[in-house]
Amino acid sequence: MSESTDTILPVIGLEIHVELHTETKMFCRCRNRFGDPPNTNVCPVCIGMPGVLPVMNGKAVELSMKVGLALDCTVSEFTKWDRKSYYYPDLPKNYQISQYDLPLCEHGKLEVPLPDGSAKEIRVLRAHLEEDAGKNVHDNPGHTGVDLNRAGVPLLEIVSEPDMNSVAEAAAYARAMQRLVRWLGASEANMQMGHMRFEPNINVHITRDGVTYKTPIVEVKNLNSFRALESAIGYEIDRQTGEWQADNGFTMGNHGKQNRGYDDATGQTVYQRSKEEAHDYRYFPDPDLVPVVVSDEWRQRVVGEIGELPLARRLRFTDDLGLSFKEADALTQDAATGDLLDGAVSAGADAKRCANLLLGRGAALANERDCTIAAVGVTARQLTELVSMLARGDINATAAAKIFDKLADSDDTPAAVAEAEGLQAVTDAGQIETWVDEAIAANAQAVEDVRAGGKKFKKAFGFLMGQVMQKSKGAAVPGEVDKLLRQKLGVED
Amino acid sequence: MSQLTDLTAHALAQAIRSGQTTAADATQAYLAAIDARDGAISAYNETFAERALECAGEIDSAVQAGDNLGPLAGVPVAVKDNLATTFGHTTCSSKILADFRAPYAATAIEKLEAAGAVILGKTNMDEFAMGSSTENSSRQPTRNPWDTDRVPGGSSGGSAAAVAGRMCAAALGSDTGGSIRQPAAFCGVTGLKPTYGRVSRYGLVAYGSSLDQIGPMTRSVADAALLTGVIAGGDAKDSTSIHRDVPDYLAEIDTPIENLRIGLPKEFFGEALDGEIAAAIESAAEVYKSLGATVVDVSLPNSRIDVDADGQLSSYAVATYYVVATAEASSNLARYDGVHYGHRTDEKVDDIIALYSKSRAEGFGDEVKRRIMLGTFALSSGYYDAYYNQALKVRRLITNDFETAFESCDVLLCPVTPTTAFNLGEKTDDPLQMYLADVFTISANLSGLPGLTIPAGLSQTGLPIGMQLIGPVFSEETLFRTAAMFEKAADLPRMKPAMIDG
Repeated sequence: MSESTDTILPVIGLEIHVELHTETKMFCRCRNRFGDPPNTNVCPVCIGMPGVLPVMNGKAVELSMKVGLALDCTVSEFTKWDRKSYYYPDLPKNYQISQYDLPLCEHGKLEVPLPDGSAKEIRVLRAHLEEDAGKNVHDNPGHTGVDLNRAGVPLLEIVSEPDMNSVAEAAAYARAMQRLVRWLGASEANMQMGHMRFEPNINVHITRDGVTYKTPIVEVKNLNSFRALESAIGYEIDRQTGEWQADNGFTMGNHGKQNRGYDDATGQTVYQRSKEEAHDYRYFPDPDLVPVVVSDEWRQRVVGEIGELPLARRLRFTDDLGLSFKEADALTQDAATGDLLDGAVSAGADAKRCANLLLGRGAALANERDCTIAAVGVTARQLTELVSMLARGDINATAAAKIFDKLADSDDTPAAVAEAEGLQAVTDAGQIETWVDEAIAANAQAVEDVRAGGKKFKKAFGFLMGQVMQKSKGAAVPGEVDKLLRQKLGVED
Repeated sequence: MSQLTDLTAHALAQAIRSGQTTAADATQAYLAAIDARDGAISAYNETFAERALECAGEIDSAVQAGDNLGPLAGVPVAVKDNLATTFGHTTCSSKILADFRAPYAATAIEKLEAAGAVILGKTNMDEFAMGSSTENSSRQPTRNPWDTDRVPGGSSGGSAAAVAGRMCAAALGSDTGGSIRQPAAFCGVTGLKPTYGRVSRYGLVAYGSSLDQIGPMTRSVADAALLTGVIAGGDAKDSTSIHRDVPDYLAEIDTPIENLRIGLPKEFFGEALDGEIAAAIESAAEVYKSLGATVVDVSLPNSRIDVDADGQLSSYAVATYYVVATAEASSNLARYDGVHYGHRTDEKVDDIIALYSKSRAEGFGDEVKRRIMLGTFALSSGYYDAYYNQALKVRRLITNDFETAFESCDVLLCPVTPTTAFNLGEKTDDPLQMYLADVFTISANLSGLPGLTIPAGLSQTGLPIGMQLIGPVFSEETLFRTAAMFEKAADLPRMKPAMIDG
């Protein structure tokens, strides 16, 4: 049989490391903040000096519980801390405090929206809490510096089951996880700041002549961007498939698991080590820390703080507010933007008009400013008033967009902005008629095209509309202009 | 005023408070004693004469001003060199920390100073508290003031020798497998290993974290009670410390306990025990009987000591300890790698692994290396269940035995050591023999129980014999009162080494 009849199924699992958004570190009270000068957020505990002891940050446990509960995980009543031993200069104690056999969260799932509009459920094996390592800094030739600002930052490691079967699914899962942790306020999940890092496990199941062959599983370490994640997985699927096709003995059974690094410059993965060379981490319970007991009361309080999750909210926006899937999805990328919409709608604003403004000028400004739509600065109260002015015909859509832009940097009411900027709608029929007459007089060719009907009608009519709107500086109500133009030119609606 | 150094800490504090003497005089007297005797004993790694006199001066001003004084105001004390101090060095008697100065103080040190104690210096120890003779110090061995050819015990041998040699009024040590109680017995002083969690471990350089406790070493039971009261209590910086009220241990210390039931663990009185020591413990039991106590036999089957045909001793407790303590130590000591602080090799190295291994090979002594290797092995993949996990199970069984025993008695009376102080060099070539020096003390660490050593007499060769009282968790008050009953009633020789004048 030939290669053309092989069925190829990539099998992908993903470990996602999420730095939690706490004030202080996991086991000391140093500031948890990215970007400060090296070794300024450090103390004897996170430097690993002799005789000092770790003290757990309860807030980090709570944020992890939130993520776990939102992922439908079981949050353990009893969980403990373990030491994971390995020597590396960015790990001052030469062991990492982590969780081994009793993770805080286990056995959850995440529903992941896929690009084709469908959704897939990815199972989560476990989510455990640990401390991040520092960073080795190689900016002086011949020397390596160690920056321990990051050492001890709380890190949640979320491990999926190998439920993804394509680059697109893995990327969608990673993005859904980013949205969730941001939504919950558990992490800023900023890729540039290293708040989220990926380690995919990849192999390929190839079926030929009714026999399935599994290529050796590869774990790609430490991917820092969605692009790297997608590129590394794509590369591995191709590489593994190619290697198996060249030699059918290239199987898990014959070769075992290996770790590979990813080279950003070439987009390729590079061999690091095989299972035989793997570290023996010598996990054992950390005698400096007491086990964490999660009471029912504590769990219930955290459940109460979680609120509506992104998928539930998206469903409500389509089903109850009548938004399209695309609109609802775009407005549920973060919690605050959806809250803004909810605020305006509950104050009486029309949901569709709100969505148009938020996803029009709101999204444009958010993009310019690299922030969420909610963070652009328009409040629910401003949005409500703006939308009701629009609905009443006090302003037209063009004016509404301009006012929206002004409101982003102003505490004024939309009415005040409209007045200050002269953006109130012109409803005076006499004034609009004057502009219409002027436009007709000045554009004989367009008038002729309109009257002739046919192919050129649409373009010519639109041109005349535009001329009138221009004369009104955007303040004429388009419906009025449309009506008058048709009357004057004797064309049907 | 040489008698000042004969006063107990309690008596000295009263003398200073009442104006009979001054903190400065007491400090001068101890500094003079150190000058006179520490050349022969080597109890101290470092002394802080100038700072101590300044602190003493402040106490004396406070006395003059009629200020409120702490319970240890003006009392000169020594502290083991594994307790972090913001002044001087904290070396653990290891080359790897020879130049280490801590930017933080141990909670016990802060509490001592807040109570007015004057810290004279840091005392010698077995490197990282690993040893039973203080011969595993990277600096020099400490000698026993009762016989300078003999060891003071360990690992808190420097503190024990300083207290016995009248070179401090009291001291702090640490005890992971007997490191306070065993040297206390060898040097004829009192020493308490408190209940695990009773004293904060913050600032105590870790050896076996689930076993380590800081405790006092003193010349009377009341002094041990006094110091324990000062250093005990929960600490937000130590998650394993217990937040439980600290009783006034001195309040009832002279009140005998009525209907006291003393248990003798029969497993501790076999072949392994020196006859003279067995006799001393038995006569202590007689003293208790004479005071109205009941003495009962109890059993600690999992702490028994087996002797094979060749006379080799073995003990589940010792075996368990050397798995648990070394496993923890292998991890606790991983941080000394020459990267962030501490000794770094001067040799040119090609990579980070060479930097680690050379720095550690140069910085650690043989016994520390031996225990790191043992512990690393015990935690290794494929051996974890056979060693570490198994040890945790035996640890549970040993603890259960104590719980059963305490159903029929209030405290256990038992030996501290199989023999009196041995000679320097006698066991250095045989680590197993050295490990067995802790055969009677280790079980209390594995079970988290308080253990108190007090002098029980002198051997025919004039060496101190100690006895040990072990109680249930948080029974320190009972232990002090029980010990005080014996201290008052027993007709013991004066526990003062001959080398000290007077």
